[in-house]
Amino acid sequence: MSNGELRLPTGGRIDRAQPLRFIFDGAGYSGYAGDTLASALLANGVRLVGRSFKYHRPRGILSAGAEEPNALVELGNGARREPNLRATQIELHDGLVASSQNRWPSLDLDIGAINNLASRLLPSGFYYKTFMWPPSFWHFYEHFIRRAAGMGRAATEPDPDRYDHRYEHCDVLVVGAGPAGIAAALAAGRSGARVVLCDEQQEMGGDLLASMALIDGAPAADWVARALGELGALPEVRLLPRATAFGYYDHNAVAIVERVADHLARPGPGLPRQCVWHVRARRVVLATGAIERPLVFRDNDRPGVMLANAARVYLRRYAVACGRRAVLFTNNDAAYGAALDLRAGGMDIAAIVDLRADPKGQRTEAARAQGLRVLAGRAVIGVQGSKAVSGVEVARLQDDASAAILDREQIACDTVLMSGGWTPTIHLFSQSGGKLRFDTETAAFVPDRATQALRSAGACNGATRLSDCLAQGAAAGAAAAQDAGFAAAAPPLPELDPDLDEAPMRHLWVVPSDAPVGHKGKHFVDFQNDVTAADIRLASREGYRSVEHLKRYTTTGMGTDQGKTSNVAALAILAEATNASIPQVGTTTFRPPYTPVTMGALTGRTVGPLLEPARWTPIHRWHVRTGAVFENTGQWQRARYYPMAGEDMHAAVEREVRAARNLVGLFDASTLGKIDVKGPDSARFLDLVYTNSWSKLAIGRSRYGLMLRDDGYIYDDGVTTRLGPEHFLVSTTSGNAAPVLSFMEDLLQTEWPHLKVRLTSVTEQFAVVTLSGPMARRLLAELTRDIDLSPQAFPFMTLRAGTVAGIPVRVFRVSFTGDLSFEIQARASHGLALWHACLAVGEKYGITPYGLEAMHVLRAEKGYIIVGQETDGTATPDDLGMGAMVAHAKPDFIGKRGLKRAELLRPERKQLVGLRLADGEHKPLPEGAHLVNDPGLPPPMPMLGHVTSSYYSPTVGAPIALAMIKNGRARMGEELYAPLPDRVVRARVVAPCFFDPEGKRLHG
Amino acid sequence: MHKTDGDRRVTRYSIFSLARNALKYHEDWPQAWRSPEPKPSYDVIVVGGGGHGLATAYYLAKEHGITNVAVLEKGWLGGGNTGRNTTVIRSNYLWDESAHLYEKSLKLYEGLSQDLNFNVMLSQRGVVNLAHSEHDMRELSRRVHALRLNGIDSDVLSREEVQRLIPILDCSSGARFPVHGASIQRRGGVARHDAVAWGFARAADARGVDIIQNCEVTGILRDGGRVTGVETTRGTIRANKVGCVVAGHASVLAAMAGFQLPIESHPLQAMVSEPIKPVLHTVVMSNAVHAYISQSDKGELVMGAGIDTWNSYAQRGSLFIVEQTVGAVCELFPLFGRLRLMRSWGGIVDVCPDASPIISKTPVEGLYFNCGWGTGGFKATPGSGWVFAHTIAQDRPHPLNAAFALDRFTSGALIDEHGAAAVAH
Amino acid sequence: MLLIACPWCGPRAELEFRCGGQGHLTRLTDAMEVSDAEFARYLYMRDNPKGWHYERWNHVNGCRRWFNAVRHTVTHEFHATYKPGEPKPDLPRS
Repeated sequence: MSNGELRLPTGGRIDRAQPLRFIFDGAGYSGYAGDTLASALLANGVRLVGRSFKYHRPRGILSAGAEEPNALVELGNGARREPNLRATQIELHDGLVASSQNRWPSLDLDIGAINNLASRLLPSGFYYKTFMWPPSFWHFYEHFIRRAAGMGRAATEPDPDRYDHRYEHCDVLVVGAGPAGIAAALAAGRSGARVVLCDEQQEMGGDLLASMALIDGAPAADWVARALGELGALPEVRLLPRATAFGYYDHNAVAIVERVADHLARPGPGLPRQCVWHVRARRVVLATGAIERPLVFRDNDRPGVMLANAARVYLRRYAVACGRRAVLFTNNDAAYGAALDLRAGGMDIAAIVDLRADPKGQRTEAARAQGLRVLAGRAVIGVQGSKAVSGVEVARLQDDASAAILDREQIACDTVLMSGGWTPTIHLFSQSGGKLRFDTETAAFVPDRATQALRSAGACNGATRLSDCLAQGAAAGAAAAQDAGFAAAAPPLPELDPDLDEAPMRHLWVVPSDAPVGHKGKHFVDFQNDVTAADIRLASREGYRSVEHLKRYTTTGMGTDQGKTSNVAALAILAEATNASIPQVGTTTFRPPYTPVTMGALTGRTVGPLLEPARWTPIHRWHVRTGAVFENTGQWQRARYYPMAGEDMHAAVEREVRAARNLVGLFDASTLGKIDVKGPDSARFLDLVYTNSWSKLAIGRSRYGLMLRDDGYIYDDGVTTRLGPEHFLVSTTSGNAAPVLSFMEDLLQTEWPHLKVRLTSVTEQFAVVTLSGPMARRLLAELTRDIDLSPQAFPFMTLRAGTVAGIPVRVFRVSFTGDLSFEIQARASHGLALWHACLAVGEKYGITPYGLEAMHVLRAEKGYIIVGQETDGTATPDDLGMGAMVAHAKPDFIGKRGLKRAELLRPERKQLVGLRLADGEHKPLPEGAHLVNDPGLPPPMPMLGHVTSSYYSPTVGAPIALAMIKNGRARMGEELYAPLPDRVVRARVVAPCFFDPEGKRLHG
Repeated sequence: MHKTDGDRRVTRYSIFSLARNALKYHEDWPQAWRSPEPKPSYDVIVVGGGGHGLATAYYLAKEHGITNVAVLEKGWLGGGNTGRNTTVIRSNYLWDESAHLYEKSLKLYEGLSQDLNFNVMLSQRGVVNLAHSEHDMRELSRRVHALRLNGIDSDVLSREEVQRLIPILDCSSGARFPVHGASIQRRGGVARHDAVAWGFARAADARGVDIIQNCEVTGILRDGGRVTGVETTRGTIRANKVGCVVAGHASVLAAMAGFQLPIESHPLQAMVSEPIKPVLHTVVMSNAVHAYISQSDKGELVMGAGIDTWNSYAQRGSLFIVEQTVGAVCELFPLFGRLRLMRSWGGIVDVCPDASPIISKTPVEGLYFNCGWGTGGFKATPGSGWVFAHTIAQDRPHPLNAAFALDRFTSGALIDEHGAAAVAH
Repeated sequence: MLLIACPWCGPRAELEFRCGGQGHLTRLTDAMEVSDAEFARYLYMRDNPKGWHYERWNHVNGCRRWFNAVRHTVTHEFHATYKPGEPKPDLPRS
């Protein structure tokens, strides 16, 4: 235990009364409530926390926030293992287990670091130039490349946690709760507007939490506490800490991920782990702050090299000194403030190395006055130490910065703090479609013209002074609320310390060392992906000069930090290399998410059983109880077959088919799509959407209809029955019920609004129980007294209303099996009772429930098609032998013109046929098998068509198949061949009907 | 080893040239392609510097000896869908016409790194199409049977075989859409998309093709019924043959030439997770659950979404499409729930009514269009360029693309590949 | 994540809608008289402009009614939504 090494005895915002224990790489440490993993590791003196992606360079903690490229760790174990988390954003909790990644066998001794030694052979894009010979070896090379891939490891088991989505509408959304964001929320919230204020950190306040500034004469953090207290008391204001706005979408939709339970050692039951908020805001205020920029100097990646402001944050918020003796390397004045704060906190500042020859700002003067050693016009030309900084080499810069070998000096230190200026966090602004402007003085892209209803305020808008941040925030918040219709006013500024004069920055994008860049050591631009200044120059030399080419060729900005610290330097180095200005080079597009978002959170609850609604028929419970095997057809879960003890599917289906053919079968047809069509123009409407005619259909009669698309191909089929003069019941295929309804509604609303027709989906309002087989009539006769079932009184394709088993029903004499059938429709709530009644009475007739599979066999024996199985969107009525169903004499119907096109009239089109296999073939052909004339030809073989349905037919006692074959009707009796992977099957073309071709059973 | 040809200097890429250049700190590599000023006229202008356009120029030079060619790119080469897709390569299409075209492409891919002397990192790790119902199995079986008779590798896998091949896939029967089986094309896989564009660019440049970036075509010049050149943001450039390969912007260029196309431009989004150690070794696609996913050589999970349903030229879509895609991936791979989405983006895809491309002559003589690849153009890049070069050079389609002409919309002989492309490719 | 103003229901989230492509296409009444090429133009050819687009939408998970809209295909801004049968609004100048 090495706790407390660098923890200051007092101060910080940690709760010293709540010590926490945690494990990193197997070793136990302790920290306090309020710590991040990074602050706790630093407090324990842990420097080395990770390895880089490509060279496996030892890496420490660079930052204190979302921009961290280096300190990535794996959290948790087993099902809860989570890779690539930034230690700077992990809230410490008791028992937290973290480990380093991308190293083997250990963080300290990492074999992969051999890449660093070979790095001369591994410049950007090296893999495009090699691994090509011999060609067959690439698989071998790739094996090793792939093994080197990735950072952390995925969990090994399904994620046990739950995630949620929430939807929120507000007047003003404020993103970021630093000074500008809080000021904006106050200005908007006081007007009564509904305000959401979100911030990615556990504690709101942003930089004010680490600031020594006084507001209204008190520490800045006190002002934050007061403001948050006031906001929390406003009824229309919602504060969302631990909530990262990660995406800005069209029409002011902002997505926020809230980490609800990640910080809890033992989350309460029912608490989702994370929640994605979909916020639609009338107005948005972006107060997303800014990120400090590293400087690019030799070996600037050593553990102990940090951003200057991060060190200040660790000191002020977490009471952690990042080291004992630091050299601060800067190109600007602001870093002096950090130096003074750090020194006040007890850190030894060995020197301030300032790139500027003559820095003259009020802060620099103050530093000098306090006795800090300022080395102006100098640069850190190299860092010493490998797994930890041991010192720096400093030299005076020549005026043109060409080389820096004058006045070399070694300075021993364990920490290097760098400050290269600030990069406004413009990700969300850019995602919103906003246009950017380059500010030359700060060398940063800042918001220019917004294209959505948003305003930027504070550091993300280029402001550097607290007074500006507060003023911009208040103005933006007030204006946003006004735009949303509230009488808001910007509150007056609180009393602040006077602003300090600042001297301009000096932009030196690559700090020279004593050898040309790339010859000795490495000048890192993108830490995580190991992209150096030399890589960027190489890319430019080779012609990869567009920003996107640069990014893709070098992989700069493509890591998990998405270039938050590297973006501007990479652009600037490219601009220098191509003699262009930075705005000429432009910037890459900022893409969501701002920081990586848990995939489970994006998924929310729509996974597992809730992925897609499962639809059950009213008789579903009986199927389940009976042990049916189910099949998904679209959203429906349908009984496929009902195995009895010891039966496989084949046996069960054969039994079910035989029973339905020889005795009576019972089928749950409730999934059949049903559309109730009413109105004086119903018949006219059906005439337009079906190929056949309906106007003359008598009441109480049914007719099979074919529906085409405008292009002439078959879209749907089904039986429609006329219930009254202006009333029809249309049935559709189970899977197509919703699309067909939409198709009809579209036509009625937009093409034929003059037709008086009402459509109602009644699929789920009715249960449908089908009795099919020779005994069906006798069975049904026992259940009904008010319906005359005799063939004369109740012929095929008619409807009778009455009662069955005391249940009000409609009985349709239609058939999809080719046998005598009655489809009984009852109210859904009566479905199960009807089913039971049939079963009870049917016992003596040998009633057998049959499932979807047997139904398919029965209908295939009869040669009935299934739309979507025999058809594939390219079949015409004539292809199926149903040409006669097209009433060409009708003036118009959907698909009429389409049918007349050349392709649809072409000879040699595929036509529906039946297939019988050669004697001795007992195994049905695989569905999808193709047929050829000559199986002896080498591929590509000319194919004639394919098998659409194929079953063993118990009725025929042999396999049967339906197929779509070129010119099939002219091939009756021809022998064709189906070449299968293991054999060739001979098949004879026959008519597509294997049972009762005369229809005696059907009409009987 | 340096070949000098005017301002062209080409270094052959190999481990030896890499080592030699390492000694010189890589300061002596020549540029991969020149950035020439446009000439007043060319024999052929290819509009669009994506993979397909660059491949067209390369094969015009290589196969047809036409080297006085300009590729005009309004932005940066490879910056459209070439650089935005999910890099899946396969040829397991339903209809013979498609299968042969995509197979031509796959065969070209198989020798592309050597042909271009640029490693496009083709990884033939296998493409698995999952079936989640009997209907899926039937469709998949039909496709596999046809492919085999066409001489294209394809197999059906049982559920158990799928589970063995992809242990982390949820093949349990309790899944909302249980896996019934799959088809696999073992020669399918992924390639490095940028490298395909850069490799073609470098190789075309080496054969004399002028690649002109930041040059937007603003008009198509015609004289009577034939094309005479283009107006661009960098002046007028003449040519008697102009091939347009501009994906999402096809309709915009067609409008300049005075005709309409059967195309709608839609956003198509894709996304990657943070990089993780390898866990997924094949490409997995599921039409029923609506996801397709692979793991890149860098370790990122690469996931493709379906299109947003409205027309757009904005290269961005809606979040719920991303959420649905990620949800589908988590459904198939429940242990991915804790991984994190790192980046999402959009491209503009040119969608044809039959989900098949148009590689065709047009009503304007000398003007050719190659478009309509929708969600699946990357896999076709070399083949598309190869047949388009033939179509331009010979002024008639190659047998491989004859069926993909514009006149199929008049005759009705569409090549309906919606089944093959249900989610996206 | 579009916000779409259904002319009957008011502004609703995109999830409630389905886009139906180019608007103001009228089904050919003389279809049997036109050439295959004319018919193909009606069936397949689309404007697909980069800019303002007349299109149709269905409030499929709401009132289920169809309506027309003018939307910009680059900015995604809606200029107008209106009921079927109402005249085509003029395009904005921009």
